[in-house]
Amino acid sequence: MAEVSLSSQSQLAPPLTRRPGWKTTLRVLRYSAVRLVALFATVVVGVYLTILIANMGGYVDEIKKAQIREGVSLAVSMDPANRALTPTQRNELIEGLVQVEVKRLGLDQPFLLRSFALLTDALTLNLGRTNYLTSDSGSKLVRMVILERLPPTLVLFATANLFLFFFSIFVALRLSRNYGNFADRLVIALAPTSAAPGWFYGIFLILIFSAFLGWLPFGGMVDTPPPADRLRYAWSVLRHMILPVSAITLSAIFLTIYNWRTFFLIYSSEDYVDMAKAKGLPGRIVERRYILRPTLPTIITNFALLVIGLWTGAIILETVFNWPGLGRLLYQAIGLFDTPIIVGSTVIYAYLLAITVFILDFIYALVDPRVRVGEGGGR
Amino acid sequence: MIRNAWADLRQYPSAIIGLLIVILLVAMAIYTLATIPYGEAIRLWRGGEDIWQDYPRTASPEWTNFFRNKKLPSTVLLDSRQGHGSKVVEPRGALTEITIEFPFNFQADDFPQELAIFFYATFAQKQPHVEMTWLTPDGREIRIGEYSPRGRDSYRFEGDSRLARRLRNVPAQQALFTVPDSDPPVPLKGTYTLRLSALVFEENGDLDAKFIAYGKVSGLAGTDHRRRDLMVAILWGTPIALAFGLLAALGTTVTTMFIAAFGVWFGGLIDAIIQRITEIVLILPVLPILIMVGTFYSRSIWVILGVVILLSIFGSAIKSYRAIFLQVKESPYIEAARAYGAGNLRIIGRYLTPRVIPLLIPQLVVLIPSYVFLEASLAVLGLGDPVLPTWGKVIDDAFRNGALFNGYYYWVLQPAALLIVTGLGFAMVGFALDRVFNPRLRGL
Repeated sequence: MAEVSLSSQSQLAPPLTRRPGWKTTLRVLRYSAVRLVALFATVVVGVYLTILIANMGGYVDEIKKAQIREGVSLAVSMDPANRALTPTQRNELIEGLVQVEVKRLGLDQPFLLRSFALLTDALTLNLGRTNYLTSDSGSKLVRMVILERLPPTLVLFATANLFLFFFSIFVALRLSRNYGNFADRLVIALAPTSAAPGWFYGIFLILIFSAFLGWLPFGGMVDTPPPADRLRYAWSVLRHMILPVSAITLSAIFLTIYNWRTFFLIYSSEDYVDMAKAKGLPGRIVERRYILRPTLPTIITNFALLVIGLWTGAIILETVFNWPGLGRLLYQAIGLFDTPIIVGSTVIYAYLLAITVFILDFIYALVDPRVRVGEGGGR
Repeated sequence: MIRNAWADLRQYPSAIIGLLIVILLVAMAIYTLATIPYGEAIRLWRGGEDIWQDYPRTASPEWTNFFRNKKLPSTVLLDSRQGHGSKVVEPRGALTEITIEFPFNFQADDFPQELAIFFYATFAQKQPHVEMTWLTPDGREIRIGEYSPRGRDSYRFEGDSRLARRLRNVPAQQALFTVPDSDPPVPLKGTYTLRLSALVFEENGDLDAKFIAYGKVSGLAGTDHRRRDLMVAILWGTPIALAFGLLAALGTTVTTMFIAAFGVWFGGLIDAIIQRITEIVLILPVLPILIMVGTFYSRSIWVILGVVILLSIFGSAIKSYRAIFLQVKESPYIEAARAYGAGNLRIIGRYLTPRVIPLLIPQLVVLIPSYVFLEASLAVLGLGDPVLPTWGKVIDDAFRNGALFNGYYYWVLQPAALLIVTGLGFAMVGFALDRVFNPRLRGL
């Protein structure tokens, strides 16, 4: 694998070089390679566990076999050409056809073996075909169905998260500068409201703005029928996005501001900040260099947890808002026992999560000089 | 330390409010368990028309009338078996004539939801014959129809096509209560009477009747689409939510703490394995797995609870506990404990784990609402416990029956309000505890 060769190269490289910058880069590379391998291993185990659960430990195979037998018996008994056969001959014919079909689908192998085949298929994103659901373009390929649903999820959550991230930092910084004032106390008092998840606020928002006032749509992503004009289409999507984005924001914003304000306050009570202030440095510079910089890793970690948390919460939020994203797809698939979509969707989730974790790890290492990459990942 | 913490906690008004909410919820839970036993709750919630026939469908709570200009009617129930109204039995030769009169006072500004008569007739061969007449406050007499009840039988005014024709296709519950020639129709207030004149053809025959004018408000919590009183679910949701939240939070935090302690204390391979498992669990999609367990295996709330605990044991909290334990492990007093010959388990239980308790308590309290909401989330996805009434299931029912589109706001708002109150109560206490136990946050 590419990662392994990369890491062995980097182990050899340091003695040849003298420049410290080069050395650091190599270290970072080695660190990320090790991380990547570890993350991939966890994805493999995680996906395998999901496959075991989604196939009910092999029980789904029994269901499939029973379905095949039923289908074949029906086809044989309906066929007028088989009318002359004796019952024994007919049974033999059915048995033979069932065997062929079972073999074709690979169901004759024990589930343990098949589970590994399913695992490799899943990991290589060779997701197969759906049982019932189709994509809007009519494809039954799981890959097509999922790819069609990915953009709406990303559009919704990227918007919400970016807004949440920058707005919270901005407000938290202002609050920490003059803490104890009314706005600050208000945020502290409102922080417990984040106990409720986004979909919960979504219900109230729908109640107020759709059912009661009738200003915004109840759910969905665009008007039906979708406007042909690009600009109108974007406007329609925007209108549909207001409520879900507000729901996500409402459920997280006060707690996020509270957390960051507290971190800023802890860091701004450090001696070196007092020192900087005593030197007469302007507030902006104190804020940027002496408060924001040391808290950056924490902020980013918080953001990572937020992203991961919102991603898992998307299933219900999308269901409540009828948003045609991955979460809603998963919900539909589970309702229809569409195992390939469940596994495929989970693989995508696992990969997205792993990539998020990896990128954050990487950024974390870049931002915080105290993180000595490459020196034992233990702590 | 605990006493100090209590003194500190009292400084926070939010903590006091939160505590009050929690105490109130616990009291509500105890009251529920005392008045409606577990089996009874399931029987009521699973019950159909046989249990709930006296209740209207999707009726708002009675207290909503307080905020309305046009008062909605509540249910009128008159049962001759219970001595309501008057029942006169007169023998007429071989026959018996039974006259039942149900007078009632109607003062609402809106029409009832539906009208029905339930008959309880006793006969061997020949069914009694009933003539139904409606007397309005202004002295009009409206013939409703004739009916021959078979034993236990019900007559629904809306289902009678002849009556509908006679009332010019205006629904009976409206036509019978309208001020004549009013447009838009206005209900006439006053005393109405339903007269049932029955002929019983047998010597031992008898007839009783129950008249119900289903209202548009009912009880303290209203009713749902299956006529069930939502109070059952509102009350029973409390102990279930508390038990689920508390057990899940306790189960995860305490086991997580011990696992982290074991890992740090024994170190080496055990620690490494625990670390790897934690990373795998971090990448496992918890909610989809819970949904799959709910769909494929069991929707019992206790099975789901077990899976939730199992999936959260190796949560991210292990990392933060581990960092603390690694420091504590090197403390001199641990060495002293070793020197006097304390065993591994004793050191973990008596010396190591107590050090993170201050960190654990706020986390535990803050975790409770998130698990309460998790249960509600699963219920909203249609994976709620199949037999038990919970707040989440009420919200789910409401959504499935278009509560928001049809304007049955109480149906969603009541359980939602309870959820948010529960969440806020625990979160407020938890936040205050966090600031009490966490010295770095003190004064901020």
